[in-house]
Amino acid sequence: MNNILVTENIVKNFGDFRALNNISIEVPEQSIFGLLGPNGAGKTTLIRIINQITMPDEGEVFFNGNLLQPNDVHYIGYLPEERGLYKRMKVGEQSIYLAQLKGLSKNDAKNKLKYWFDKFEIGDWWNKKVEELSKGMAQKVQFIVTVLHEPKLLIFDEPFSGFDPINANIIKDEILKLRDKGATIIFSTHRMESVEELCEHIVLIDKSNKILGGKLVDIKKQFKTNSFEVGLITDQKDSLLEDLSQKFDVSKASFKSLEDDLKLRIKLADNETSTDLIKYLNSKALINHYVEVIPSASDIFIQAVNQNSLV
Amino acid sequence: MNKLKLIIKREFLAKVRNRTFIIMTFVSPLLMIGMMALIIFLSKSSMEKTNVVAYVNNSSFFSKNDFKDRNNINYIDLSDVDLVEAKKIVQESNHDGLLFIPKIDSIDQIAESIQFFSEETPSMVLISSLENDIEKTLEKEKMLQFNIDLKMLEQSDLNVDIKLSNYIGEKSSKLVNGIKIGLGMGAGYVVMMFIIVYGAMVMRSVIEEKTSRIIEVIISSVKPFQLMMGKVIGTAGAGLLQFFIWSVLMFLILIISSYFFGMDGMASMQTSQIPSEQMESVATNDAQFAISEILRLPLFSMFIWFILFFLGGYLLYSSIYAAIGSAVDNETDTQQFMMPVLMPLMIGVYVGFATVINDPHGTVATVFSLIPFTSPIVMLMRIPFGVPWWQISLSLFLLIITFLAVIWLAAKIYRVGILMYGKKVNYKELYKWLKY
Repeated sequence: MNNILVTENIVKNFGDFRALNNISIEVPEQSIFGLLGPNGAGKTTLIRIINQITMPDEGEVFFNGNLLQPNDVHYIGYLPEERGLYKRMKVGEQSIYLAQLKGLSKNDAKNKLKYWFDKFEIGDWWNKKVEELSKGMAQKVQFIVTVLHEPKLLIFDEPFSGFDPINANIIKDEILKLRDKGATIIFSTHRMESVEELCEHIVLIDKSNKILGGKLVDIKKQFKTNSFEVGLITDQKDSLLEDLSQKFDVSKASFKSLEDDLKLRIKLADNETSTDLIKYLNSKALINHYVEVIPSASDIFIQAVNQNSLV
Repeated sequence: MNKLKLIIKREFLAKVRNRTFIIMTFVSPLLMIGMMALIIFLSKSSMEKTNVVAYVNNSSFFSKNDFKDRNNINYIDLSDVDLVEAKKIVQESNHDGLLFIPKIDSIDQIAESIQFFSEETPSMVLISSLENDIEKTLEKEKMLQFNIDLKMLEQSDLNVDIKLSNYIGEKSSKLVNGIKIGLGMGAGYVVMMFIIVYGAMVMRSVIEEKTSRIIEVIISSVKPFQLMMGKVIGTAGAGLLQFFIWSVLMFLILIISSYFFGMDGMASMQTSQIPSEQMESVATNDAQFAISEILRLPLFSMFIWFILFFLGGYLLYSSIYAAIGSAVDNETDTQQFMMPVLMPLMIGVYVGFATVINDPHGTVATVFSLIPFTSPIVMLMRIPFGVPWWQISLSLFLLIITFLAVIWLAAKIYRVGILMYGKKVNYKELYKWLKY
């Protein structure tokens, strides 16, 4: 798969403060790419460099295989976290203006806006001033303006903030549709459940450094500890627990089940496999519950950031 | 380039459609005219007030003929009664005052001993009119005592009017000098006002984009420099439109009012202070002369210089205003930065008023008309008096160089400032931004 966006060793300093330190990322085409990190890690600075709002001190950005050009802004759509519109300008007029700044002709912009306004059923907002709209309404307009010029690369910084769950879902579906139509999406958020749900690739930035990056599945594999959650039905819980404790690294676990079973988390050594465990357990008790412990995006985030702060 | 045009258009329309702009454009000329009319009306009515002054004349130097009614005084002769009685009469009939001339033989002494009685302190105008009348009579008496022939004296009265011209032989007059002062001061003042009003507009517009948080969306499409320039130019367009509308309105109102009042409003204004009839013809001659003199001024090149310095000054200052707007989160934070901006403008106007009138080509005026931050004002004030072309060119050159340097710095501050929130900004901080 091609990478639509590649950054190589990006460095950005603000005076004495280094905001980005040798950041290299690769964003595969038509993927949803999670750009993660705690507050102040440098995510926004990186996004601004991709948008050519700020220039990197060192390093290069490649878009579609070529060095990023000023005109590439026409192929990028950006929804910043801190966003707004001209309050005293009418919705329609303003949308056309912003679309024109992205290189669309006036007529083109009008037609496309009509499509989106009909789709979101907000056609009657056209002549309203933005200050008359609610926050959620303004966010919808903002979303339309971001995607209107059919950019190849979309950058969303906390796209769901300000939306109620229904509208957040509508927006999420639209983002997925855009991806299916060929767009690539860089998605920056603190809502880990969205990351879990949407992102195929992630990069984690902490304290100006990239501490993690790649396919989410691969990262999960990397972070899994060869642990299993088991529920065992037996008459002799105590002796079984003692028995297991001698053989494996065992700790108590809790999950929902209908039976009064022995709930354990068992961590296997590197040379042991799931098959070994199942065989052993099967010989000792009735297995009621058996599942591999897979770290969530949230677990990975917290673990990686905590490890980084120890370094 | 295309995007710059889009930004200019949006900024222009945003300013022009603003309700305050529309009101200011159409109401303020009416307000001005109303104010002027009020001032003329008030000064005219106070001038037309006639004082009734009674007098008790016990001196032989004065006769009834010396107390002829003049335009602001009506005299009443109470010389038949004594002072005490006269006071009573004046008080009862509510006259404006009582003039008492004692019976003294010496002219010098009588000049010192004339008294005026009144309920309230009389106006300076009334007293000086009275003094004028009395002086004239006493001086005449004194000349008679010295055996001076009054007729000869009258004939020897001359009116000197020095004709001014430069070495090439271009004539000018004191009146034209006044007109030059007026034109120069007017131009300088207009430039200052325009810079302050429209510079602040640029600043507010930058702050608005910052607080509404649209800024990041915009500059992901255009360069911050384009946005800043578009804003500066678009706002200037709105300002020029306002000036244009004002001049058209003024012109229309002048034509309409002269049509309705047949110009005699103007004529009576001019003559009301000059009682003598012959002066009127002098005045009209003067006016004709003045008009021909004004037409002989290099109006076209003056206009070109005005536009150049005006644009130079506006661009210089509005880029500073834009940088200030980008550095703050709201308008109240702009205070600390406003002083250094307003200072040179104020200095320009005051130096202009103080030095250009007295000595348009003196050292102070010349120096300040070369310093870029004051030159748009001071040079425009000097230009009607004729400035060597090399000075104008040098001044303009310095202005352009400075403008380029300042806009380069301003753009750097602007680029960083528009994305900076919640930071109390001081000069040290601004300096740091220059290096980002």
